[in-house]
Amino acid sequence: MFDERSPIYQQIAEQIKAQIVGGEIRPGDQVMSTNQYAEFYRINPATAAKGFHQLVEEGVLYKKRGIGMFVSPDAYDRLRSQRRERFFADVVDPMVAEAKLIGIDLADVVTRIKANEEDDGR
Amino acid sequence: MTLGIEVQDLTVRFGDVAALDALSLHFESGKVHGLLGRNGAGKSTLLAALAAYRRPTSGRVLVGGEDPFENPRLMPQICLIRETLDVYDTETCRSVLSLGALRPTWDAVYAEELVEKFEIPVNRRWVTKLSRGKKAALACVVGLASRAPLTIFDEAYLGMDAPSRAAFYDELLADYMRHPRTIVISTHLIEEFSGLFEQVAIIDSGRLVLQGETDEIRARGASVIEPAEVVDRVAGHAVVAERRLGPTKSATVYGDLGADFEENVRSAGLELGPVSLQDLFIHLTANRSVKP
Repeated sequence: MFDERSPIYQQIAEQIKAQIVGGEIRPGDQVMSTNQYAEFYRINPATAAKGFHQLVEEGVLYKKRGIGMFVSPDAYDRLRSQRRERFFADVVDPMVAEAKLIGIDLADVVTRIKANEEDDGR
Repeated sequence: MTLGIEVQDLTVRFGDVAALDALSLHFESGKVHGLLGRNGAGKSTLLAALAAYRRPTSGRVLVGGEDPFENPRLMPQICLIRETLDVYDTETCRSVLSLGALRPTWDAVYAEELVEKFEIPVNRRWVTKLSRGKKAALACVVGLASRAPLTIFDEAYLGMDAPSRAAFYDELLADYMRHPRTIVISTHLIEEFSGLFEQVAIIDSGRLVLQGETDEIRARGASVIEPAEVVDRVAGHAVVAERRLGPTKSATVYGDLGADFEENVRSAGLELGPVSLQDLFIHLTANRSVKP
């Protein structure tokens, strides 16, 4: 189910963040319990709980005692601005490096980006 | 209720062979532990000592703070499941289940549910008439339905086919979440079971190699791929395995890699990869000379 590049709990945390940024779960929503995650991914519940713990530390989730975990009110805005900050370093720079490596003209890349934009505009 | 386990300087000798050699470790209460070791490492001897099937030659075992040996208070709370089922050939499937029912924590309804799930032909009467896989499944049913505060599975599932093992895995996880207890599992199927283990202990030649949180152990291992000629980036770290493929070299390191290890390796343009628990296990225990 998971690749092994990073610990499973980190991957769970990343997945929940992606769902928040993608709008699948919204601020104020309750997230699935650690036991539900453990059952779904077939992992020890303590491992799943580590991922949740990390998100609570980061302020993405908060705990309501006896009820469960919820998405923090500002989680969407915070995660989105984090991802925006990293966008050029994480996405654009590696793409440019790859293009240079295999000899693709950056002008062609720009043309393709513009074509995508026009498609979306329709 | 759950039970923690303390093993102190435990030695178990068979004649002049020490199956366990001054072994000390600690299984925290209420967690699922993996016990890994090569053939003859002493896993079964350790598990038998935990369940008071075997008396230590020296050192001690404490379960919930007490010596389990000949301990009538602890006995109903400890369940050791081995593939052999530890029953006489003359036993019937039904009598195996009713033996389990002697435990105060036994759940008869759950046991029947599992018998159905694993399609164990309990009406075929004699345990000896069961196939190896069904006999192993029956053993696992007893282990699960016992709900003992300390439940130990010693390679009980080896004879089971892949779908049955997957069903066992899911049942164990689900029932552990419903009824938390201390569970110790020994296995050679490391990849298959490692997701279950909150903590792992590796023993070799009757001694402890390492014990810790599964995630942390994994995080202490890394494989680095680099050109064979360049300065050793992994110098100073414990290299547990090395492989060459033409101009590249892959080194598996294990230990406290330090906070900037990953950055150093990546900034040098080298590839850094994870090491699975199984690979770490192989590297950490393979150096022992293979005995005939």
